[in-house]
Amino acid sequence: MNIDLTIAIIITMVGASTPLLLAALGELVVEKSGVLNLGVEGMMLTGAVVGFAVTYTTGNPWLGILAAGFAGACVSMIFAFLTLSLFANQVATGLALTIFGAGFSALFGQSFTGKPIKLFKSIFPDYLTEHPILKVFFDHSPLVYFSLFMVFAVSYFLHKTRAGLVLRAVGENDHSAHSIGYSVIKVRYGAVGFGGMMAGIGGACFPLLLTPQWVEGLTGGRGWIALALVVFSAWKPTRLLAGAYLFGLIATMEVYAKAAGGGFRIIPSELWASLPYLATILVLVLISMRHKMSSSAPACLGKPFISSN
Amino acid sequence: MNNEQSLRLELEGIVKAFPGVLANDDISFSIKKGEIHALLGENGAGKSTLVKMIYGIMKPDEGTISWNGKPMNIANPKAARALGIGMVFQHFSLFEAMTVLENIALGMDEKMSKKALEEKVVNIMQKYGLSLDPKRIVSTLGVGERQRIEIVRALLLNPKLLIMDEPTSVLTPQEVAQLFNVLRQLSSDGCSILYISHKLDEIKELCDSATILRGGKVVATCDPKKETAKTMAAMMIGTSLQAINKVKSKEFSDIGFSVNNLSLRGAGDFGVSLKDISFDVYRGEILGIAGVAGNGQNELQLVLSGEILLKDKAKITMNNIEIGKMSAKERRKHGLCAVPEERHGHAAVPEFSLNDNAILTARNRQNMVRAGMINAKSAKQFTTKIIDEFNVMTTGHGASASSLSGGNLQKFIMGREILQVPDVLVVSQPTWGVDAGAASAIHQALIDLAKGGAAIVIISQDLDELLELCDSLAIINEGTLSQKQKVGVMSIEEIGLLMGGVHGENSSVSSSQKEVMAQ
Repeated sequence: MNIDLTIAIIITMVGASTPLLLAALGELVVEKSGVLNLGVEGMMLTGAVVGFAVTYTTGNPWLGILAAGFAGACVSMIFAFLTLSLFANQVATGLALTIFGAGFSALFGQSFTGKPIKLFKSIFPDYLTEHPILKVFFDHSPLVYFSLFMVFAVSYFLHKTRAGLVLRAVGENDHSAHSIGYSVIKVRYGAVGFGGMMAGIGGACFPLLLTPQWVEGLTGGRGWIALALVVFSAWKPTRLLAGAYLFGLIATMEVYAKAAGGGFRIIPSELWASLPYLATILVLVLISMRHKMSSSAPACLGKPFISSN
Repeated sequence: MNNEQSLRLELEGIVKAFPGVLANDDISFSIKKGEIHALLGENGAGKSTLVKMIYGIMKPDEGTISWNGKPMNIANPKAARALGIGMVFQHFSLFEAMTVLENIALGMDEKMSKKALEEKVVNIMQKYGLSLDPKRIVSTLGVGERQRIEIVRALLLNPKLLIMDEPTSVLTPQEVAQLFNVLRQLSSDGCSILYISHKLDEIKELCDSATILRGGKVVATCDPKKETAKTMAAMMIGTSLQAINKVKSKEFSDIGFSVNNLSLRGAGDFGVSLKDISFDVYRGEILGIAGVAGNGQNELQLVLSGEILLKDKAKITMNNIEIGKMSAKERRKHGLCAVPEERHGHAAVPEFSLNDNAILTARNRQNMVRAGMINAKSAKQFTTKIIDEFNVMTTGHGASASSLSGGNLQKFIMGREILQVPDVLVVSQPTWGVDAGAASAIHQALIDLAKGGAAIVIISQDLDELLELCDSLAIINEGTLSQKQKVGVMSIEEIGLLMGGVHGENSSVSSSQKEVMAQ
């Protein structure tokens, strides 16, 4: 395999992984606070359509990303209000959110089908982005650097700051956290909002980073893979990075398998296309077989918190 | 300094009502500086509600709480801590997957660096002789050590009043002695202590004064040193305790239930492995299995009741039938009934009616199911019988299990199993959370069941209960069961040492424990 192809594959892989990574990071924080939001896919779709629409109308992808994050956070607040304030079932509400996001994005996106948008300009000078080797570090969308920054920001927040400690405490034992005097509901609202913002931005990566046009249902179930990644990573941000890139690599192979000849042809491209999903199922089965992994889950994950007074 | 100023805390006319109950009815008492004041009462007397109001978790409907002579409105636990009120909860509010230090940091209101906090923690632990490794993960610690985390957490705030809610219920006698030393030292430093308990001997030993609650009202304030345990019990319960009617020095002949060289690997990271456990229980005998929580009691209960099946059916036998491979349902058919420790979701389905809960375990032995159809009439009869005979406070057989208070549900569950007249009964914590009157009724029912020829195994952390109830006793520690001995042969100290096992950090404890084991 020649070096140009390897670099091309890496660059594509990093791009394909970024929406997964962003959405999964958000969900990781949500789950660390003890809430299970299965609506990641719906929030991603909402972010994608809002991000596209704002970028198309204003011509500024930065505004598009901001709007996508804001839209994701807004949609997640519906979930937060239903589950945290009205104690609705988290699983059912999350599923409803996904259905809502799919419907909303399809309806709202209809008028944008086939319209082009401007993408981010590179933030690095040409001699770096066009250098045959160094472009592996520099020829990426700003969203890629943002996602990498967020991996370390989330990791630092959870383990080095007091607010992160409180968030973990709320997910670990909500009633104890309440009796010490922390507001479980407020912390969870915050976490869910952050998760919604990240999922929105992650969704906006599809039109603003991968394919610069509007296609209905363009996230293609990546929200579900993001959910699986959180479990796969055992709720650790750095392991999430590795997991997201692994899934990105599998997805990328599909594209290159189609283009390349030889050995790749033996496996039909449909199988390549289904590999990320098969891998998701495999990973989840492996994890549930290993009892050890389950002990790293936040103890109050998915349980509603109802204050005793 | 006059008397008024030396009062740390003063409660006047505190009233708190919940839908259907008046939890606190016009409660007034006061605590002096440096005083160890007991709050004594049965389950449901209103103790917990009262301290929750002092600690700011709930607000009183009426009445005033004065702090150092000034009326205060304690809005939340943070405000309570700011005044200097610390609290050690009965059920520890700890975060299992976090370290000791992280747990302590969570309880701190003022911000400080990890290093400064660690230094402070180590200082406090040295001052009061509390040993604890700040870097350990909580889930790996024993109960006594967990309580120390709570105490350190409270002490870091320099409390002027420390509330201890049933602190000794899960401790070994040695750990209790250590705790009392810490509390006395605190009191001599001027910190008042509100000590909530229903253990009369402890209150006599530790406390300077006692307020006794019954049914949400103050019934007496007394000096426990001048009272006997009996007189305080009478004030607490209202009527004199019914003495247990137990046949002394029984002789047994037939083995009803036996466990032979049972070993089992613990599940997951925190499960305890059972190591070569053997014991026989005679028909008519009550065997108590004592031990500090988390030493294999859960695993043993699950194996005996049939929730965990064994590979070798001969490891457990009853009436000479090998039952090691039988499911819980088959064991029930053969006459082995069981009551697990956890009431909600294990012994009973909270959302189901009492009727349905009775059907779940008694359907075969009480002929409630015929050809797959539930016989509603016999189910109702049986449920009503439980409610009547065990004096379960409920609106009727159709009430949901979750509508019952913990103690009442426990009475119902115990009644459900005892009234099936099993040949073998395995019970965990038969009177956990049950008030003294109901506890003695349950004890009497167990003794009567044994008199009828049943072999009974009681797994409990309440040593007093076991000593009162059982014919013989064995102690479980780290999954190993000691030799069974007649009650009265082992001294309390020996039992305590066996229970302490490796959880005691005093090396002389573990060496003398080995001596006891060797004997």
